[in-house]
Amino acid sequence: MSTYQPAIGQRVPLVDGIEKVTGKARYTADLGRDDCLVGRILRSPVSHGVIIRLDTTKAAALDGVIAIVTGADCSYTYGVIPIAMNEYPMARDKVRYRGEAVAAVAAVNERIAEQALELIELEIEELPACYSLKEAYAPDATLIHEGKARNIEREVHHDFGDVAAGFADAVLVAEETFTCAEINHAQMEPHAALAEYDAERQRLTLHSVTQVPFYVHLTLARCLDMDASRIRVIKPFVGGGFGARTEALNFEIITALLARAAGGKVMMQMSREESFITHRGRPETEVYVKIGLGETGRITAVECAVRQRGGAYAGYGLVTILYAGALLHGLYDIANVKYDGYRLYTNLPPCGAMRGHGTVDVRHAFEALLDRMARQLDLDPFAVRRANMLSAPTRTPNDLMVNSYGLPECLQKVEAASGWKDRFGKLPAGRGLGMACSHYVSGAAKPVHWTGEPHAVVSLKLDFDGGITAFTGASDIGQGSTTMVAMAAAEVLGVHLSRIQVVTNDSAITPKDNGSYSSRVTFMVGNAAVEAARNLRALLVAAAAKKLEANVDDIVCEGETFSVDGGEQSALSFSEVALIALAEDGTINVKGTFTCPPESQGGKHRGGAVGSTMGFSYAAQVVEVTVDEDTGLVSVEKVWAALDCGRALNPLAVEGQIEGSVWMGMGQALSEETHYVKGLPVHANFLDYRVPTIVESPDIEVFIVESHDPLGPFGAKEAGEGALSGCPPALAAAISDAIGINANFLPLTPDRIVEALTAKRRKERRAAQIKEAS
Amino acid sequence: MKRLISLTVNGRKYEDAIDDNILLIDYLRNIRQLTGTKQGCDGGECGACTVLVDGKPKLACLTLAATADGTETETIEGQAKNGRLSALQRAFHENLGTQCGFCTPGMIMAAENLLRRNPDPDDADIRTALGGNLCRCTGYVKIIASVKSAAETTS
Repeated sequence: MSTYQPAIGQRVPLVDGIEKVTGKARYTADLGRDDCLVGRILRSPVSHGVIIRLDTTKAAALDGVIAIVTGADCSYTYGVIPIAMNEYPMARDKVRYRGEAVAAVAAVNERIAEQALELIELEIEELPACYSLKEAYAPDATLIHEGKARNIEREVHHDFGDVAAGFADAVLVAEETFTCAEINHAQMEPHAALAEYDAERQRLTLHSVTQVPFYVHLTLARCLDMDASRIRVIKPFVGGGFGARTEALNFEIITALLARAAGGKVMMQMSREESFITHRGRPETEVYVKIGLGETGRITAVECAVRQRGGAYAGYGLVTILYAGALLHGLYDIANVKYDGYRLYTNLPPCGAMRGHGTVDVRHAFEALLDRMARQLDLDPFAVRRANMLSAPTRTPNDLMVNSYGLPECLQKVEAASGWKDRFGKLPAGRGLGMACSHYVSGAAKPVHWTGEPHAVVSLKLDFDGGITAFTGASDIGQGSTTMVAMAAAEVLGVHLSRIQVVTNDSAITPKDNGSYSSRVTFMVGNAAVEAARNLRALLVAAAAKKLEANVDDIVCEGETFSVDGGEQSALSFSEVALIALAEDGTINVKGTFTCPPESQGGKHRGGAVGSTMGFSYAAQVVEVTVDEDTGLVSVEKVWAALDCGRALNPLAVEGQIEGSVWMGMGQALSEETHYVKGLPVHANFLDYRVPTIVESPDIEVFIVESHDPLGPFGAKEAGEGALSGCPPALAAAISDAIGINANFLPLTPDRIVEALTAKRRKERRAAQIKEAS
Repeated sequence: MKRLISLTVNGRKYEDAIDDNILLIDYLRNIRQLTGTKQGCDGGECGACTVLVDGKPKLACLTLAATADGTETETIEGQAKNGRLSALQRAFHENLGTQCGFCTPGMIMAAENLLRRNPDPDDADIRTALGGNLCRCTGYVKIIASVKSAAETTS
């Protein structure tokens, strides 16, 4: 056996990585067998209308069709926020977006399933549809949901400090309105679900691509009107999430309904187009922002108004619009902040949570304006940020808890590495540097389903073989949570990582977990794993103390040995101690839990729970671009990104998260956007929805900053989201530096850059003409 | 119409009666049960289904299975030998060239073709060879590092 090495802080490859590189990893779509029926969904051809007739008689008569379900088969609404469940798995009475599910078929094969869809007779009386923010907000707009005047799903008004006094104190006040296009997660694995209904025992098993098996479980129980104890939800390997799967989705419920109707097993594999239509992406967002700056760049006040084009149903909407305002706080020290948020319904696929949930477009607008103001005051962008640093521990005006704050060091790292001082403002025309800061929560301190239970539970089993099995509901979607749980337990127990196996995401076996969203897993599940391992270690130490006739406090447990005060004589091996401990009671099962303390759960104001967290990650980045002034094409030459993740439990994985999040921000900044023509998504493929390829993706140099959060597991905070929202504004600032345009839109596509350049030249010519004339 | 095809998949010979119109990806996944080859899009957009047919990278979702008749086809499942990872598989594993793993089989097969053609690729060669393979997790940084690392261990 190799020499013992503590796990934490090591560059550890994923414990399930071998399955991924060998093709052995089974994703939901890989679980189909010949005994599966094929599921297919019929979708609304119109954006808004009343269902007049839905007749499945002819389809049902087709040989090979086993089951058909429609809106009539489920009268329960669903939705991730308990107070905002307003969606049916299949439309009843009304359809509200083009592509909304209205019926589904299970048949013996694909061909028959598709034929059956064509035989379903659907008549819809069309209603006027609202696609844009303007149309939805018009005084005479058709209402998409009853009682929601001007199609406002939710409005939020927060006012902290004295904003008017703050602006009065400023030497420079500026305001701008930015528009950021809607984007989609575009996770590589298309949606899929496999449902099996045991008609004899009346039990349901669902395999799905979800990030939140627990929420899916609750939703199935509700929509199928089943006792939750008769349902089993399993999450196999998942091919990415980024928020697309942080709520139960209609196809999961529909597949289950079909399986029950068929009394069998149904595989539902969605096309890429259907995966885009299922959506839940980042909404198109209009951000008005006004900032007041003092002489040194100190921020005196901020006012921000946000409108989000939410799509047809609530989903996570109210959380998204609250996040947009809440995270104006927590990055810089700002005393006076006013926020007005409006989430609107439109006749488009519902938006939802996406990496950097709610914060990205607002951060973009804020940082982009701050950059312009720095130039107006002739201040360095780094100096303006440094004039506004927080000092941890502290609480923000909206009562968010900040216990660790590594932003100053992040700034220092990227400033030095990029050669900022020598290069900023001195690069040749067409080349530029820009920088920005960002942050994100390490888990929502108050979960959306508030039951009073701990936020995370991990259990450990030690058995006759000396092997330790960790059971967790943490959903590994590629971010490496399974590896993290193994590492945390191994570290506390002082054992080799290979002694630990991790069993995940099977509701019949593993403890409940809220899921992989809001970057909660490392902080919460990590802490639960630490506590579980401590509990197991206490049992083992007691057994060793008894055998060695020593006091438990004198037992040292490290490197798979137990000894008195670390002495080598009479040291016991891990296996020996395990057998002694097992001799008392047999198989050992312990658990650990983690609960976010009340002081982390936000302010008492309405919506105060959103944004509340155990700790924020902090990031600074510098982006270097070249811009072709003739074509408007932006090439990102290099990114330097620093992230304070508290402590890098696994630096390899932390780097991967930082690189991936910066790059995802770059995609939003440069090329990604959805596009609908009368509600028809014309972007719903990877040619029209432009995810950056390896060809245009830059080198990203990563710096890890460790601020050692006092409450994080081993000091850790989140690492997977914080750096994302800094990329678009840093990139926009670099474009400004390169070609002198101030763009108020995302993405910064070549056509828009050319348009902005043309406008800038026209303005310059007119100014010159006026000057000449006078 | 059914037709009989005989081909070698990952070194093993098969003879199968298949429908004329089925795609290579469906033959591999449904008939051969080799589910390592992934479908990430609706046809030819993402590269996740990349396999090698007579050594050349092909998108299995755009290839009729019938055209694989008489060929030697390689998939991700054939890369490890006697349970030991190939150089690329090991490099992707150790350098975190894979996160969610969904693009990984196609990415490794495209990279395998590159390294056979060019054992010592530079960054630009790697970017060109993998230009048709999308990844949504890594930002490609560690994918490039993985391919370079594999090239170093094999050269």
